[in-house]
Amino acid sequence: MNEIFGIPAQALLGQLLLGLVNGSFYAILSLGLAVIFGLLNIVNFAHGALYMMGAYVAWLGLELFGLNYWWALLLAPLIIGLFGVLIERALLRWLYKLDHLYGLLLTFGVALVIEGTYRYFFGVSGQPYPVPDLLAGATDIGFMVLPNYRAWVVVASLAVCLATWLMIERTRLGATLRAATENPKLVQAFGINVPLLVTVTYGFGVALAAFAGVLAAPIIQVNPLMGSNLIIVVFAVVVIGGMGSILGSIFTGLALGVIEGLTKVFYPEASATVVFVIMALVLLVRPAGLFGREK
Amino acid sequence: MRNVSWVYLIGAVLLLVAPTVFYPVLLMKVLCFALFACAFNLLLGYVGLLSFGHAAFLGSAAYTTGLAMTRLSITPELGIALGVVMAAVLGLIVGALAIRRQGIYFAMITLALAQMVYFFCLQAPFTGGEDGLQGVPRGKLLGVLSLENDLVMYYFVVVVFVLGFWVIQRTIHSPFGQVLQAIRENEARALSLGYHVDRYKLLAFVLSAALAGLAGATKTLVLGFATLTDVHWATSGEVVLMTLVGGVGTVVGPVIGALVIVVLQNELADKVGPWVTVIMGLIFIACVLAFRRGIVGEMLARLPVNKGPRD
Amino acid sequence: MKKTYLAAAALLLASGAALAQSKISGDVVKIGVLTDMSGLYSDIGGQGSVVAAQLAVEDFGGKVKGKKIEVVAADHQNKADVASSKVREWIDREGVDMVTDALNSAVALATAKVIAEKKKVLIDTGAASTRLTNEECTPYTIHHTYDTYALANGTGKAVVKQGGDTWFFLTADYAFGHSLEKDTSDVVKAAGGKVLGSVRHPLNASDFSSFLLQAQASKAKIIGLANAGGDTINSIKAANEFGLTKHQTLAGLLVFITDVHSLGLQATQGMYVTEGWYWDLNDDTRKWAKRFYEKTKKMPSSNHAGVYSAVTMYLKAVNATAADDGDSVMNWLRKNPETDMFGKNMVLRSDGRLIHDMYLFQVKKPSESKGPWDYYNLRHTIPGDQAFQPLSASRCPLVKGK
Repeated sequence: MNEIFGIPAQALLGQLLLGLVNGSFYAILSLGLAVIFGLLNIVNFAHGALYMMGAYVAWLGLELFGLNYWWALLLAPLIIGLFGVLIERALLRWLYKLDHLYGLLLTFGVALVIEGTYRYFFGVSGQPYPVPDLLAGATDIGFMVLPNYRAWVVVASLAVCLATWLMIERTRLGATLRAATENPKLVQAFGINVPLLVTVTYGFGVALAAFAGVLAAPIIQVNPLMGSNLIIVVFAVVVIGGMGSILGSIFTGLALGVIEGLTKVFYPEASATVVFVIMALVLLVRPAGLFGREK
Repeated sequence: MRNVSWVYLIGAVLLLVAPTVFYPVLLMKVLCFALFACAFNLLLGYVGLLSFGHAAFLGSAAYTTGLAMTRLSITPELGIALGVVMAAVLGLIVGALAIRRQGIYFAMITLALAQMVYFFCLQAPFTGGEDGLQGVPRGKLLGVLSLENDLVMYYFVVVVFVLGFWVIQRTIHSPFGQVLQAIRENEARALSLGYHVDRYKLLAFVLSAALAGLAGATKTLVLGFATLTDVHWATSGEVVLMTLVGGVGTVVGPVIGALVIVVLQNELADKVGPWVTVIMGLIFIACVLAFRRGIVGEMLARLPVNKGPRD
Repeated sequence: MKKTYLAAAALLLASGAALAQSKISGDVVKIGVLTDMSGLYSDIGGQGSVVAAQLAVEDFGGKVKGKKIEVVAADHQNKADVASSKVREWIDREGVDMVTDALNSAVALATAKVIAEKKKVLIDTGAASTRLTNEECTPYTIHHTYDTYALANGTGKAVVKQGGDTWFFLTADYAFGHSLEKDTSDVVKAAGGKVLGSVRHPLNASDFSSFLLQAQASKAKIIGLANAGGDTINSIKAANEFGLTKHQTLAGLLVFITDVHSLGLQATQGMYVTEGWYWDLNDDTRKWAKRFYEKTKKMPSSNHAGVYSAVTMYLKAVNATAADDGDSVMNWLRKNPETDMFGKNMVLRSDGRLIHDMYLFQVKKPSESKGPWDYYNLRHTIPGDQAFQPLSASRCPLVKGK
């Protein structure tokens, strides 16, 4: 049994892979948050709850309508994205002229409402969600047995993140979005419907969260609390990465997932707090975050 | 000014007679959270800093006092003092890190650092993790007066609350408090006037943390335990809600807010279960959208006298 | 506040021309079922515990010594602080005299403290930690149904006898998990086995993959699951997903019939289970289970049966002593072993432990089962005096001679 740094290779590489899986979730979620924050200047505290809602669309879809996983991957972002649009139109848009902190508080309230409602209907225990047949089973890659599904999660997340980055950095729509972030009034003067852009952006960010939720469903028990503890780690990830660049959030999310996985091998007791420790260190050295630009 | 004195007088009378009608333990819980909310309000209402991790100070003091009382067999006032010191030290560390950013980032950093405190309390061997710290004795005040009796404990808590409230009052009305409010109104101008803005903010932060710690330490003695709920981010959210509902930046607002929220939670918890969270969320949303001045803020705005800056 | 109640009650009773001098407080005997209504343990306790308590009240005739019996219930949400506050309020404001279920060891320990302070009675059926009858024992606590020592003695010993001599523990990180891990480790080591390591997971963990990876890396023959309810179910599922079960065997140290029902016989067949009661043991149990099933559409867990027995015991004591305060009830119970549908001649020891037989079951193969809930083959009945920790080894300060 070969060993690396005194730890059996099997354990090390296994945890690294799991860390990569977690990192993929961090990446998608922090990406969604960054997109929303970039244009709306609102920290979407409800992001975790919306991620949870996406997972429930998948589970309910299966239970009630026999909707399989692939349909859920498509429908959940659409449905929850629309729900996000509703939130933005009904609640958030009243706050744009106020201090940005109110947006944080409002979305916090929304998160509470969503989680409380789901807790009423589904309790606190998780519901199991089966892995789709195509991705079931595991591959023996020598040093560990890797469930195929987890490999798919990494691939799918990276694909979606890269697609988002391409859209924002390389397309006309993305250019308009970036311009609106810098100077909304000027962009509006050019005839672009900025409020519509804002609404669509929020919906898109929410859709990303819901997508992550469906991805998570077969791995984690689908339960009403699955978003709330994850979201705080994602906040830390966002602070570390800085809100400046899309690529930055993706990279930071992945990197932190991997670091967390490594910590589980070498120093398991610290695995829950390592992200926060890194955040504290980054704040001391680079207050704007690793990729951030001071606004 | 006279209006305010009447309010205090009525409040004092109510405080003194309340335990004859209401359950003393519930009243004490309200007072502790009222103090917590007032401490939080010092930071939000008067300095303009939204801390989303204030439970870290409430909880760390709660655990410290709990540990001191169970392991060291000291008197309650010493136990509380230790808790306050712990909260103040933690406030210094968190504040020093968080002050580097503003607004949203400040809030997120306080949240994340509070989460670290949560995980520490979860994993440290001496905090009892998920079990929490149970069976904390109330001890004998100054070595003579036993606080085991709920009524006696109640009056002690009233004294603690009044003390904390008085400290906040003095701070707000002092030159230090004036500078804080100047920083809230226009930080750049305060800086240009030569004030070491960061130092003021940090001092306010530590003071707020220490008073939150006072609330937490007292709460441990009242209820006899310290658990993870005390350091959970939901508690941080609750104190924001209490202050918002009562009235940010008003003196009495947080007290009213705490009264409303604690009583609401207590009465509803059994009857509606998870809907309590939903109701809290709805109140949050309603407050942010339509009711930003809170109960006391709305009342004050309607008084003919107070059309100027808030008290 | 309590003195006012008692004074008022005494006056009422005196002027009420009662036949016998009664010391039942507040004119009502109130029983509090403190349970997990919606969390990971809700199937084991939850609404079923309330039903079980109500059945006991029904069988007693709804009244004891002319006073009405009332059952109240609360959800402790698996939080010790919620439980502690609730019990305190129950006693101070609502005159609750006895608390039962208290499913979750942290909740049980917190509740025991409040009960002892107020001198009421706690008959705990749902919690497992042996700390209840050792370090944290009180004169007002009765530990019913089972505990981690009995589990270790049953399942642990059986697995080691089968050749499982190297163990790795997956432990729920709170009082119960620690207790179960410690007691089982002791049994394994006493039988000549080795404990290769352990990892702690948070209660109600959502993802067991990284913990199971560590279990796999240890190369232990047996992965001991020192957790319960939803956590056990998820550990077993995840272990299957990662192919752990090909080279290692899972040992579920605390499994209830409701868990087997959730997982299905395919996943659990052959597993050893130690419980204090099973619905299919004899005619009495079958009759009671049928009544329970009619009300809930589910078969009762051993915890539900325990709640029934606990309430019955308490009511018998109140009836015999014409009082419902802690001291009278506990003294009577210590002198009078209990016989009911749960067990025969169950003795209450000075450390609060209720002694009764425990049963070692093995889960049936799908082909052996005649239908839903027919899951267990009885392998061995462990007599009460061997199942539980001997009094001589007790760390309880109340045990004489300590």
